[in-house]
Amino acid sequence: MSEVRFTDQHEWVRVDGDEATIGITKYAAEQLGDVVFVDLPEAGRKVGAGGEAAVVESVKAASEVYAPVGGEVVAGNPALTEDPAKVNADPEGEGWFFKLKLADKGELAKLMTKDQYDEFVKGL
Amino acid sequence: MTDTEDLKKTPLHALHVELGGKMVPFGGYDMPVQYPAGILKEHLHTREKAGLFDVSHMGQAFLAGADPARALERLCPADIVGLKEGMQRYGLLMTEQGTIKDDFMFSRLAGESALYLVVNAGTKDGDFAYIAGKLDGVAVLEPRPDRALLALQGPAAGAVLERHSPGIDKLTFMKVVRCTVAGAPAIVSRSGYTGEDGFEISIEAIHAERVARALLGEDEVLPIGLGARDSLRLEAGLCLYGHDIDETTDPVSANLVWSIAKRRKLDKDFLAGEAIMDKVFNGTPTKRVGFRPDGRAPAREGTEIADKSGRIVGKITSGGFGPTLNAPVAMGYIETALAADGTDVDLIVRGKPLPAKVAPMPFVPHRYRRAI
Repeated sequence: MSEVRFTDQHEWVRVDGDEATIGITKYAAEQLGDVVFVDLPEAGRKVGAGGEAAVVESVKAASEVYAPVGGEVVAGNPALTEDPAKVNADPEGEGWFFKLKLADKGELAKLMTKDQYDEFVKGL
Repeated sequence: MTDTEDLKKTPLHALHVELGGKMVPFGGYDMPVQYPAGILKEHLHTREKAGLFDVSHMGQAFLAGADPARALERLCPADIVGLKEGMQRYGLLMTEQGTIKDDFMFSRLAGESALYLVVNAGTKDGDFAYIAGKLDGVAVLEPRPDRALLALQGPAAGAVLERHSPGIDKLTFMKVVRCTVAGAPAIVSRSGYTGEDGFEISIEAIHAERVARALLGEDEVLPIGLGARDSLRLEAGLCLYGHDIDETTDPVSANLVWSIAKRRKLDKDFLAGEAIMDKVFNGTPTKRVGFRPDGRAPAREGTEIADKSGRIVGKITSGGFGPTLNAPVAMGYIETALAADGTDVDLIVRGKPLPAKVAPMPFVPHRYRRAI
């Protein structure tokens, strides 16, 4: 059973066991426009919840991607280095950014559910 | 949050919204940064076919008087007096200190004594007050906020505009003419800000939407926002006022000495003429050049430039991703000793050195229509 949660910074996190996969939401990808470069964290790097973990660059601007939960980076998505446009094509699937080994599963409870996030985006 | 209530609107504002334009503040106006196609596609489409840009936020004016060209030469080191009828030219508006107050285009229309000027949006009020004040008693500046300005740019621009203004495709680069476009009286120049062939079309605001719709109705034409306008001009190596040049930069550091006419260099009869010619002969500590970073990461405006020993030797003034090259490009100021093409430098992006080379501009060759 995987569980998906969302942040108000428009990241998503999908949890399988103690591994979390993180990316940016469809809304974020649409706001950014055409993604041309993604700077991903290296395996082994420790990040705290809310900490800066990656950078996504569109033609127009650079934006930080924050870790929704803390942990140790397992891997960045190698497909994004080759083809950053995957972030626009499939932001909540193939366009994932990095995987973390979760430090504290309890942090997930502080994040929004899909319904809560959809409601949040509607209000923007 | 920006208070959009305070932003001005061009005559095409409703059309931008109707076309799905994503509106942002620019130069005091609420302008489309992109349409649903997105910056990448808009950029590539302009290089491949044709794009229509609303540049009505720019400042248009006429300068009248007994000899407006002679008068304006005091503020601008270009050859204005020698500009032939039916021609347009690029010039720099100088401060008393010899720095750049603005860059602008000026034209001499056939059979007319007044000069036609186009200045930048964000600086137009200041420019107009400055010009009117400095030339008080010798020339009269008449701003024309009643006029809209469209740019039709790209290799198909000539064929497209010919359908709405028969004969216009005979006009060559930097020529300007009064004609009609889709029935509206217009001033059309063969010039632009993308490095491509194309036109700038000045029309009365009341005709703007009809003319824009007529051009957008052509298969080759897509509406293009400010995002692609910026990436296109950056690939073309063209300066953006307020970023690459401003009141702290001078024409020599900015590598714009080509816009100073030979006669003007000899006479030095313009604001801070002596000081600028001293720089022409003796050089400046820094120089504006292009950069090609390795890899795909763009280096944005404000990025510091370091030499290979780590010493900071300059700063990026415009940087981003060049869709035509499918690679990042940038321009900025670097110590003159390091300004030669091919020099290895590091751009400090998010605290890490990003290797880059000083590179010749334009990054994408200009494709102006210089001859029929």
